[in-house]
Amino acid sequence: MTTERLHIAIGGLVQGVGFRPFVYRLARDCDLSGWVANDSGGVQIEIQGEGARIREFLRRLPIEKPRYATIDSLTTEARPLCREVGFIVRQSDSTAAPAAVILPDLAPCSDCLREMSDPDDRRYRYPFTNCTLCGPRFSIVARLPYDRVNTSMSAFPLCEPCREEYENPLDRRFHAEPVACPACGPQLQLCDASGTQIAVREAALQLAAEAIAEGRIVALKSVGGFQLLVDAANSAAVARLRDRKRRPHKTLALLYPDIESVMRDCRISALEKAQLESPQRPIVLLAARASAGARIATAVAPHNPNLGVMLPASPLHQLLVDALQRPLVATSGNLSAEPICYDNDDAIRRLGAIADLFLLHDREIQRPLDDSVVREMDGQTVMLRRARGYAPMPIEFPAVSGAQPSDFLAVGADLKSVAGLARGSAAFLTQYLGDLDNRAAREMFEQSVSDLKNLYQAAPESVIADQHPAYISSRWARRQQSAFIGVQHHVAHFFSCLAEHGHRDRALGICWDGTGWSADNTIRGGEFLRWDGDLEVSHIAGLSPFPLPGGEAAIRNPRRQAAGLLYAALGRGAFADEFFRDNFEPAEQQNLAIMLERGIYSPVCTSAGRLFDAVAALLGLVGEVSFEGQAAMAVEFAAQQSDTRRSYPFALKQQGSYRLLDWEPLAAGLLEDGRRGVPAAERARAFHNTLAQMMHAVAVRAGEEHIFLSGGVFQNRLLTESAARLLRQDGFRVHCHSRVPPNDGGIALGQIYFARCGASYRTLSKEGYEQCV
Amino acid sequence: LGHGSGGELSQRLLREYIYPHFDNAWTVQAHDSATLPRIGGRTVFTTDSFVVSPLFFPGGNIGELAVYGTVNDLAMSGARPLYLSCSLILEEGLPMKTLAAVMASMGRAAAATGVQLVTGDTKVVEKGKGDGLFINTAGIGSLEHVLSIAPDRIQPGDSILLSGDIGRHGMAVMARREGLEFDGPLLSDCAPLHEPVLALLEAGINVHCLRDLTRGGLATALVELAEGSRRQFSLRENDIAITEPVLGACEMLGLDPLYVANEGRFVAFVPPHQAQQALAILQKCPVSADSRAIGTVSASEAAEVILRNSIGCERLLDRLPGEQLPRIC
Ligand SMILES: [Fe+3]
Ligand SMILES: [Mg+2]
Ligand SMILES: [Zn+2]
Ligand SMILES: [Zn+2]
Repeated sequence: MTTERLHIAIGGLVQGVGFRPFVYRLARDCDLSGWVANDSGGVQIEIQGEGARIREFLRRLPIEKPRYATIDSLTTEARPLCREVGFIVRQSDSTAAPAAVILPDLAPCSDCLREMSDPDDRRYRYPFTNCTLCGPRFSIVARLPYDRVNTSMSAFPLCEPCREEYENPLDRRFHAEPVACPACGPQLQLCDASGTQIAVREAALQLAAEAIAEGRIVALKSVGGFQLLVDAANSAAVARLRDRKRRPHKTLALLYPDIESVMRDCRISALEKAQLESPQRPIVLLAARASAGARIATAVAPHNPNLGVMLPASPLHQLLVDALQRPLVATSGNLSAEPICYDNDDAIRRLGAIADLFLLHDREIQRPLDDSVVREMDGQTVMLRRARGYAPMPIEFPAVSGAQPSDFLAVGADLKSVAGLARGSAAFLTQYLGDLDNRAAREMFEQSVSDLKNLYQAAPESVIADQHPAYISSRWARRQQSAFIGVQHHVAHFFSCLAEHGHRDRALGICWDGTGWSADNTIRGGEFLRWDGDLEVSHIAGLSPFPLPGGEAAIRNPRRQAAGLLYAALGRGAFADEFFRDNFEPAEQQNLAIMLERGIYSPVCTSAGRLFDAVAALLGLVGEVSFEGQAAMAVEFAAQQSDTRRSYPFALKQQGSYRLLDWEPLAAGLLEDGRRGVPAAERARAFHNTLAQMMHAVAVRAGEEHIFLSGGVFQNRLLTESAARLLRQDGFRVHCHSRVPPNDGGIALGQIYFARCGASYRTLSKEGYEQCV
Repeated sequence: LGHGSGGELSQRLLREYIYPHFDNAWTVQAHDSATLPRIGGRTVFTTDSFVVSPLFFPGGNIGELAVYGTVNDLAMSGARPLYLSCSLILEEGLPMKTLAAVMASMGRAAAATGVQLVTGDTKVVEKGKGDGLFINTAGIGSLEHVLSIAPDRIQPGDSILLSGDIGRHGMAVMARREGLEFDGPLLSDCAPLHEPVLALLEAGINVHCLRDLTRGGLATALVELAEGSRRQFSLRENDIAITEPVLGACEMLGLDPLYVANEGRFVAFVPPHQAQQALAILQKCPVSADSRAIGTVSASEAAEVILRNSIGCERLLDRLPGEQLPRIC
């Protein structure tokens, strides 16, 4: 029997997750003496005792660690024996810089849920129960360091029993900053639409549940902001919510009481189940079963075979679904594209015309956080909207050699806005901020940027933005005192995917999305980029162009995009085509013909997203659309109804070292099939198959082993998986997004990684953009 | 080309096509400059050049535009317009008939407005070096009040009045130029604005600021004023009138009517207690009969223009950075 002493340094997400109490309990369990302490890099441990027990400690540590902790590095070093008694939690060295990691908000853990359902527990049915493993974090932090005084909980002095838990290293609530109980913590209240209080505490919860059961709309102050709740089975209530929210089509998210009821309505994989039950509690897009119609009103997800489903993300949600025992619509409490409301008074003011009742509480939310959205694709979870549960966890990428690089700011894009701070080899991204064209979102953008600077004590020296001249974010960036750097949109998409995978070597990027500006004043979005792994990104291929008559107006009306596509394919012949004749009034036909022939008010695009829109219209799947992505989704859903392996021809044309991927034969095939009466589903599927083959054709010629798929088009599961399969069959290694969205929510990360790699961008397509009067 | 060289041809041009419409005591002098009587009080002087394609469009032509544009610039400082100059740059090959029609129209516009065209000049450029006809006018007016009408007088609480529906001029010109057809008549709003302005001043309205909406439309004009006054304007979208044909044309071309040009509309900033009275006065003048209060000036010093829609969503209006390019991704 030998006594040993070991020093252990652990890096990763180990602070604020109950790691020290866990180490304390484990060490005592193993009869070891020593200490544990936080430091700026993570956690330091010294243990001393019998060799066998030390090895037991090391074996159990990664297995039994708190579920939200992640261990990125663990190094051990033998130390000389010390004279000491017992194991202690050492006070953090207050002079050391705090590790700038703020945790996201996490769903209640099983221990907390058990307490809440125990009538003898002092937290029985208390909606703000939490511990070091669960509860609010980012939503309540005002400043760093993450101490109670710097959170919304500073308004609630701890009662004696809570204080004891908070100070006891053996307790689950040791230094759980948001710790609270019915005696000292936040409380519920129910108000009517004018803000008049109707009930408090348990009665507020009961009355809110009854109101929902009766078909009323209740605005709930959730973790990161307000949600609007209605009974998902009640068609009239859902219709009223859609009408009041002016949201005619877009799918509404659902809150289910438990995993069993989700499985009754949806087909779910093991991965999807794990996502639903994860402490981040995102909305997971799931394939609905036909039988779901019995419990879910059609109006929840019209023309959509998927449902957006989440499980209770907080104790309050848990109590509410326990009371109602049915799925609820739980959509963001906002006005159209504005950020969600997160302040009581503001919510009553802005949502007063939508909600009948407000279930409020007095724990302040420091910043709005939408519910996150994920979807399983290609065997992994893909983030579609990154907010509650994930923000503000940094995304790390390979360090660049040389001097410690300076901090800078990246402002992302204008839609699905996310900004980020580059520090060292990590990107600290904001939560999803919405679309910047409304005032509230713009204010939130500015607030989030100063939030980044304040929380992380950063003084960024430069600011990176998209090159689009009309982006609000880019214009904001140009007005700042810092140096301005512009990054092309699709280059940023490519690098966001490279960054996620820590890829530094040469690669091909397939960047397909809706609209990205390029310096030749073309709207791009069907692009192929090569990164030489060293200095240069080059634009090696792209879809052939077509006009969008009416610009953004065409994007709202996909039939016009189809008209642009037809004109690019058939010239004047387009105006004689059946589709053109059938879909536009004579005056509109004439106007469109003039616009297309003269090229006026018809910006040219090379966008795969717009190609999807045009095809949606050609297939007769949509008229006008009320949200971005609606038309493309319709094509994806139609294609799911067919398993044809047919595809259409296309052409790949060499233009110097640039390759033009010509969709004209594809369009001709689609039209010909239409004339022959081939069903839309089969044509939609053949369209998907063709796109996958187009990617494959370029990949073969590019000859890069590693291929990265990025851009909003890769939110399409069928296309992503078809393309990945086809490419892998030929030995390509295909990488998709996972932790940041393929859509513009990933742009800030890409801007950061592109700059950190010191890369430059060269376009091989038509250049010579020059500013003239 | 000989018409601009000062010889016989040039004389004929003046005599036959121009003088007949400059029908007053000063042009009869046929000197290089006009001698005007002493103007009492403060004098306002402005100039503007006019290029438009096509020269004739539904609701007006370049001649009217050249008169009203300068008259309106004078009116926006609260001046009574008195005299105009007129310089023509003609492209070789411009039909005389066209010139005659434009000059006749200028003459009528001047007469209707009560200004006198007192001096002018004509140059001819080679074919291909001009767009048919360019006109420059300069104008002189007199101030009959002591107010300073300028952006820095805009005060928190001021009511923002708009003198009618917007976007007609830009869309009418565009539709005619491109040969586009829309449902309903699309006529330019091209008109002189001095009458309603003088009526406000005569009634003793303490007008803080005036601005005619030209290129860039209502949005650009208000953004400039917000910046110039370091004030925040809050507008109600519902109160900004836009006719169906304008909306339809904008939807077709993907344009935002808030940024489309006008030639007979202005905004007035007046103290809140005089807003109703001011509105009633404006509504009595035919050219501003559809005036409405569209918003107010807030106490905030953020130089912003906020447009609130019917459900309460707020949009910040900015200058357009150039052409309207899609941002939807
Ligand atoms: Fe994009
Ligand atoms: Mg002017
Ligand atoms: Zn817990
Ligand atoms: Zn307590």
